[in-house]
Amino acid sequence: MSDKTTPSNNSFLNDAGNRALIFQILLLAMVVFAGYYLFSNLQANLDNRGISTGFSFFNEPAGFPILIHLIEYTEANTYGRAFVVALINTFVISLLGIILATIIGVIMGLARLSKNWLVARLATVYIETLRNIPLLLQMFFWYFAVLAALPAPAQSYEFADFLLNKRGIYSPNPITQDGFGLVIVGFILSIVASIGVIVWAKKRQTRTGLWFPAYWASLGVIVGITFIFLAMAGFPIEFDLPTKSRFNVTGGMVLPPEFVAVLVALSTYTGAFIAEIVRAGILSVNWGQTEAARSLGLRDSMTQRLIVLPQALRVIIPPLTSQYLNLAKNSSLGAAIAYPELVAVVMGTTLNQTGQAIETIGLCMLVYGSLSLSISVFMNWYNNKMSLIER
Amino acid sequence: MAIIFKPSPSLPPPVTSVGAVAWVRQNLFSSPLNIFLTFFSIYILYLLLPPVVEWALINATWEGSSKAACTAGGACWAFIGVYFDQFMYGLYPEAETWRINLAVILLVVMVGAFAIKTINKLYLSIAIIVAYPIVAYFLFAGGVFGLEVVETSLWGGLFLTVLLGVIGIVASFPLGIVLALGRRSEMPIAKSVCVVFIETIRAVPLITILFMASVMIPLFLPEGLNFNKLLRVLIGITLFSAAYMAEVVRGGLQAIPKGQYEAADAMGLTYWQSMILVILPQALKLVIPGIVNSFIALFKDTTLVYIVGMFDFLGRIQAANHDSNWLGTTIEGYAFAALIYWVICFGMSRYSMALERKLETGHKRN
Repeated sequence: MSDKTTPSNNSFLNDAGNRALIFQILLLAMVVFAGYYLFSNLQANLDNRGISTGFSFFNEPAGFPILIHLIEYTEANTYGRAFVVALINTFVISLLGIILATIIGVIMGLARLSKNWLVARLATVYIETLRNIPLLLQMFFWYFAVLAALPAPAQSYEFADFLLNKRGIYSPNPITQDGFGLVIVGFILSIVASIGVIVWAKKRQTRTGLWFPAYWASLGVIVGITFIFLAMAGFPIEFDLPTKSRFNVTGGMVLPPEFVAVLVALSTYTGAFIAEIVRAGILSVNWGQTEAARSLGLRDSMTQRLIVLPQALRVIIPPLTSQYLNLAKNSSLGAAIAYPELVAVVMGTTLNQTGQAIETIGLCMLVYGSLSLSISVFMNWYNNKMSLIER
Repeated sequence: MAIIFKPSPSLPPPVTSVGAVAWVRQNLFSSPLNIFLTFFSIYILYLLLPPVVEWALINATWEGSSKAACTAGGACWAFIGVYFDQFMYGLYPEAETWRINLAVILLVVMVGAFAIKTINKLYLSIAIIVAYPIVAYFLFAGGVFGLEVVETSLWGGLFLTVLLGVIGIVASFPLGIVLALGRRSEMPIAKSVCVVFIETIRAVPLITILFMASVMIPLFLPEGLNFNKLLRVLIGITLFSAAYMAEVVRGGLQAIPKGQYEAADAMGLTYWQSMILVILPQALKLVIPGIVNSFIALFKDTTLVYIVGMFDFLGRIQAANHDSNWLGTTIEGYAFAALIYWVICFGMSRYSMALERKLETGHKRN
């Protein structure tokens, strides 16, 4: 028996499920078609230009120098090696930037909350200024206006054994001598011992309620034991001091101006954002928590450390993660002032020399993608650890 | 005679608890640490302020036609004066810059017209969103009504920066909303397309997207079909910004209680009706700060087009710094650029605060 009261085509289209199905099939068809269209164009274009796809160019000699390399690298090395050098440069600048930006951010965030009017104003000015000026402009400022205006090597500024000139910051270079292995053994021992101290202090506190300054003590243990082993081995470190000649500086360790400019710009800029996050996090903790802690007789420092901070961290961590991600991605701006990081080396020089646009850009996107992913996985793990465990 | 009790007038509060003295005591010298911090801050100000004021104002040179005119030892603002037109309009022909000025005045007048109560706001919005871009395009590019054609490669300076920023903002906003709705959708394919798009874009730096736009897009297009570099960069910036916008809007959508969605369904509204009339007005209002923050980020990010070889505001400053007549005026150039960017970005963030207060309808929990 057929139902003649409702026209069948109307009811079919009026059904939400059917419409969703049709819409999605259309969408999928569009995506597949667009992908196929772009891919076939790409094939045709690459054939026309005689560019062969694939990563075989990675084994060819690169033939260009890289100013800053932490592993051995010369012009005779391959593109693959140049890629690794650039990757390390990106990692180093991101890691140092994250550490510095966190320190600056916490200090500035607390300063903006300070009861001292002048300190709070100064921090506000810092935050509002740096946040509203493009990062690229700040990098240019540090590189072209500040560091380039430093004196030539012969007129370097000197602080103790450090030299500061337009070629960069020179510091003494520690060179390990025979017997340094003993010091490393001592350092590892001291870390084990310090962990022991922390565990013992925690156990004692649960058992007796007595508090022990475990973190200061473990710091002392690390410094002390390492120093004893240093003395036992007869201080097996020599310092190669930088000495300036007429046109150059020889010896020592150098932080090139490109590196300094990128690091300073990245960390002060991101620090301003982190400061706001820290401030918002601390303000989000109910004042009642502080009052309750005081009425329990906790000292101010303990109130902050044991009551306010753990609760503030829950609010702080998610936006902090995205700032870390931003910093890692923003390190790519170093390309504009010739800091040899991933974009400069792979998407700049390598792309120009080989013409392998798809591979180089794809590789960069892949690296940044996995860098972003690993930072967010780590921060998610930390966030889960810190988050409120409710009944 | 009755004795009337006359209280003697109360004493003024001690100087240490009201007025300037008390304020200073409470805010600057309340504890040893505070005293130290106060003096430390004053010392920093002493180190920074006098030299900067002396350099930027007292010893500055305001007029002149080359570096030789700047003999006072301070800032050489004459440099900015000489290059001002280039900073504003890039290499746009000097005789034609009135077209840019006219377009800007037109926009200001049209936006200002919102303040007039008797004007139909709907028509005005349509005029701004539909008619204005067409007029502006022909004004900028020329080629009609006897206007001289100006190639987009000549566009530059603050004009290009604002153009990139405004088009990026206007185009990425609706796209971001659609992506956010797609990500919240119950249709698995639509949802995964949006998620993949958003997450891919957010995982990579803008600079790779710009490189893609300038180097890779031509490879993906059929032979012979190619379009303007400015347009390609604009597409890149818009897609990039849309992904971030989508995440901000998603935050707002998630904050709307389920009851609102259910109530809209119960009223018999279709999906688009319930979104446009019920959900989005509430969700977008919640995330105004986030939206404006992405606008500010987008505006600052437009500086990156310099890396792919377009001379926006920062690019023109950078180019002017290489002029051999004006060696040593790098700081002046950057200071000017920083001031302009700062005023625009700070202005946007203040405007968002005002907007938030204006749209506040009292549902916020305090």
